[in-house]
Amino acid sequence: MKRREFLRNLGPAGIVLPSLINGFTLKAFAESPLVSALTQAPTETDHVLVLIQLNGGNDGLNTVIPFDQYDNLANARSNILIPRNKILKLSGGGTSGFHPSMVGLQTLFNEEKLQVIQSVGYPQPNFSHFRATDIWMSGSDSNQYLNSGWTGRYLAEEYQGYPTGYPNAVMPDPLAIQIGSFVSPAMQGPSVNMGMAITDPVNFYNLINGIQGTAPPGRGGKELTYIRQVAQQTQQYGTVIRNAAAKVTKQFSGYPTGNSLAEQLKIVARLIAGGLKTRIYMVSLGGFDTHAQQVVASAKETGTHALLLKRVSDGIKAFMDDLTYLNAHKRVIGMTFSEFGRRIKSNGSVGTDHGAAAPLFVFGHYAQNEVLGYSPEIPLIASASDNIPMQYDFRSVYASLLKQWFCVPDTILQNVMLKNYQSLQVVKKSAPCLSSNPDLPPNLDNKLLLTNYPNPFQSSTTLSYESLGGHTLIQIFNTEGKLIKTLIDAEVSAGTHKITFENEGYAPGIYYARLQNQSLQLTRTMLLGR
Amino acid sequence: MRNTRTTTGIQPQVQTLTDLQLRHLLRRVLFGFTQKEIALFLGKSLSEILDLLLTAGGNPTPPLNNYGTTSLPDPSVPFGQTWVNAPYDGTTNGLRTTSYKSWWIGQVLNQSTSIHEKMILFWHNHFATETQDIADARYVYKHHNVLRKYALGNFKEMVKEVTRDPAMLRYLNGFLNTKTSPDENYARELQELFTLGKGPKVQYTEADVKAAARILTGYVVNAASISSSFDPTRHDTGNKQFSSYYNNKVIVGKAGAAGATETDELIDMLFLQEETAAYLCRKLYRFFVYYEIDAATEANVIQPLASIFRSSGFEIKPVLKALFSSEHFFDPVNRAGLIKSPIDYVVGFCKEFGIVFPPSSNLATQYLMQDYLRVQAANMQQNIGDPPSVSGWPAYYQEPQFHELWINSDTLPRRNQLTDTLITTGYTRNGFKLGVDLLIYVGKMKNPENPNLLIQEATENLCAIAFPLEVIQFLKSILLSGQSSDSYWTDAWNGYLANPTNLVARNLVLNRLTSLFKYLLNLPEYQLS
Repeated sequence: MKRREFLRNLGPAGIVLPSLINGFTLKAFAESPLVSALTQAPTETDHVLVLIQLNGGNDGLNTVIPFDQYDNLANARSNILIPRNKILKLSGGGTSGFHPSMVGLQTLFNEEKLQVIQSVGYPQPNFSHFRATDIWMSGSDSNQYLNSGWTGRYLAEEYQGYPTGYPNAVMPDPLAIQIGSFVSPAMQGPSVNMGMAITDPVNFYNLINGIQGTAPPGRGGKELTYIRQVAQQTQQYGTVIRNAAAKVTKQFSGYPTGNSLAEQLKIVARLIAGGLKTRIYMVSLGGFDTHAQQVVASAKETGTHALLLKRVSDGIKAFMDDLTYLNAHKRVIGMTFSEFGRRIKSNGSVGTDHGAAAPLFVFGHYAQNEVLGYSPEIPLIASASDNIPMQYDFRSVYASLLKQWFCVPDTILQNVMLKNYQSLQVVKKSAPCLSSNPDLPPNLDNKLLLTNYPNPFQSSTTLSYESLGGHTLIQIFNTEGKLIKTLIDAEVSAGTHKITFENEGYAPGIYYARLQNQSLQLTRTMLLGR
Repeated sequence: MRNTRTTTGIQPQVQTLTDLQLRHLLRRVLFGFTQKEIALFLGKSLSEILDLLLTAGGNPTPPLNNYGTTSLPDPSVPFGQTWVNAPYDGTTNGLRTTSYKSWWIGQVLNQSTSIHEKMILFWHNHFATETQDIADARYVYKHHNVLRKYALGNFKEMVKEVTRDPAMLRYLNGFLNTKTSPDENYARELQELFTLGKGPKVQYTEADVKAAARILTGYVVNAASISSSFDPTRHDTGNKQFSSYYNNKVIVGKAGAAGATETDELIDMLFLQEETAAYLCRKLYRFFVYYEIDAATEANVIQPLASIFRSSGFEIKPVLKALFSSEHFFDPVNRAGLIKSPIDYVVGFCKEFGIVFPPSSNLATQYLMQDYLRVQAANMQQNIGDPPSVSGWPAYYQEPQFHELWINSDTLPRRNQLTDTLITTGYTRNGFKLGVDLLIYVGKMKNPENPNLLIQEATENLCAIAFPLEVIQFLKSILLSGQSSDSYWTDAWNGYLANPTNLVARNLVLNRLTSLFKYLLNLPEYQLS
């Protein structure tokens, strides 16, 4: 009888013991999750960036309305312009106000949690939805074609080798999550998409509640159900997402209903508070392509655009309130973006056509609170083809967020953004670059912070540490437990500090940096490469 | 509880097929179909369609030396010539085996509009052999040709020829089976796997196996002529007594060359059993319809088909025609119920999307690309030429999951990854890029400028299950990048047509199409036939 053992596929490479790594170059062990965790350890941070895509091209001029250009605006778009007395004023005065729907964002601005950046665009703007969206997602120039997204490139730098070796102990969670759609091209890395989609909010709840969608009757439906189950199980991150969501049993009760943006943000808040280490979230709201009937003629502060802005404003406000409720507010910064603004001059259908630059919002506990830039200049008599020129390049906004919120060093920033862009202050100067210590939310381990860069290193590495103040000790041990060096053994002030560990002829391999401060201690694994 | 049961039988269904029914039929009997095949059958009656589909293809040119290099040539076969009749060579046998597999994939890819290639795969699973054990690519090729010759022919004749086939004699030790040291391997599998099966009604005994083994003694394999022959000196010439299950039949032992005719008598005896026809019909059913055979299906489908099989003298075609004409086959309960086997999936995808392979003039790369597909399917657990055992692939017999075994947390991502790769970056070797040109694919559609019709045509042709409205709308939203007006796609598509070499216009539509098809092909619905 000839039977053969059915060879099962071998699982991923087994764990490699640290002692085997000493002296070996990294390539040999590229597949090991342990090595990945050690060598490609990303910058440790609990910061999160939430991207809100407004799909269709948001009419900036009716969103952030310039008082100092109002008369000219009235000449250009009287059939849609918001009545002057209805415009929401911002605390501190200023030359602009908000659309009357945006009470939530007005409150956030007044609470110093909102930044308006005027006239964000790029040179030679494109007026096609498709092309313009690609440009905003990829961060490319107008005449350039990139196959990767800006967040995808950032994540590829941080999480080298992804997806090989992921998930692992250092990063067990999705790198980026898109709510409500397939994975955005913004998350496309140089070789694979770095994000995962949690389909629409309803299905997300189904995922965590274990409910399947309706399969059709018959044998086809039966097999479809089976395959869906496998797909769900296969979702490598399904469990971690489910677990994170399960940790949050109560959220802020004031989320508006019938607001899909708010629903998406509610999921995001839940996952952040649930402890996912995911850094990038994207949500979206469509319908901004208001070529016609942008407002109700008899009450221009109402209508289609008003409803959309209300959803944006109420959604973001509820999200911010929820983050405070969940004690995660110091970890999150968000921004809105849209593929273009709209024409200065309105059209005959009580609407606006595709435009160029437009304002965007940066929001969060640590968002820089100001209106950055001057009001867009409106010609006395605007022609149908006049558009708002850019004051700030959208890639400056991206680059500034990466630098100020995720602490991305300039060399890496260059790889991600592909060029040097003007730095804008988008994050409050008081905000720590890497984490929101000392007020970590309870669902995160209450750790001191200790990281080093680069890791692995050859000649030296800079340790960055957070001290609570008082006596602080940093020691370096090898894998045998032998104390190699004491980097610091002194009183330091509370806050973030840096210290360099030089390679003074040590053997390549694993070293442990140990930080001791007050009653707490923390160890960081470092790899000295060949 | 979902209704997965039916009492429909093999009564012929209406001769005029609906579009849905035609697609269902083509999905099952071909490895992928396009509008071209649909057009071929438009307006024809079901009978005419089946007659066309049940026509065997011609004899292909044999596999060639695609592997020889100046530093490592095949000692008897120049590059580009066939190795199938050349002497055995230890150094190149492995390469010849891979050549055979690549060649086979090529046959499937280029199949005529016929069930022939699928039947060859069916027979390969039925008379499972493994190239690793046969260890001679020339025997493997010869065996393949036996399957090809009889695929739509006579099953009994096929068994008789397979029994003497050198590859099978090697695989199941028939050539070692002699009167002094009988080997029961083939004798057992002949009954248990190839003819009678192992159902509850099947009651042959161990003694029957021994008796059959004695009948089968004497065959030898000749490496030089790549053939088998009968050696009377090794043959057990005694009488062989069978059990009451076989009506106590005695097959009289014969000396000399006539000893080989005992084999035919043995096989005739096995085919006298009613169960033989039923067993094969169940296998056909599981391969082409569904894995579950309940009492109603057994009574209304299997037994009537078995009866047809017997009446026809074990000709395959009448059975297939009856099955594919039946109400049962077209019963909505049976639609989309089959999980595509890896070969079905991999080759079907290439066919559906018109993936271009290197021409024969670029032999090395042609075989390389075909082997790439073979490896993909092998990683999905179907390595043609080497099933896991003589039982064939578990998807066709292993209770309770059967074809669900093709899909697990390892193989499902592999399926998605393959289609993802081939519609985005493609697979490039030797400067040749294997991949889907979505612009050409969509360009062939009836109304590509209309996003609703585009999606309708795509989903109808590619997926056996219809999508609910919410999903269709979602698919459309991908095409429109979340915009609300269809005209954005229409303008973009027409803009591309007006200026096909313009990179902006081209990428505008290509990016959306790529996102759309990636999503669509990742849906579980695409795994179903």
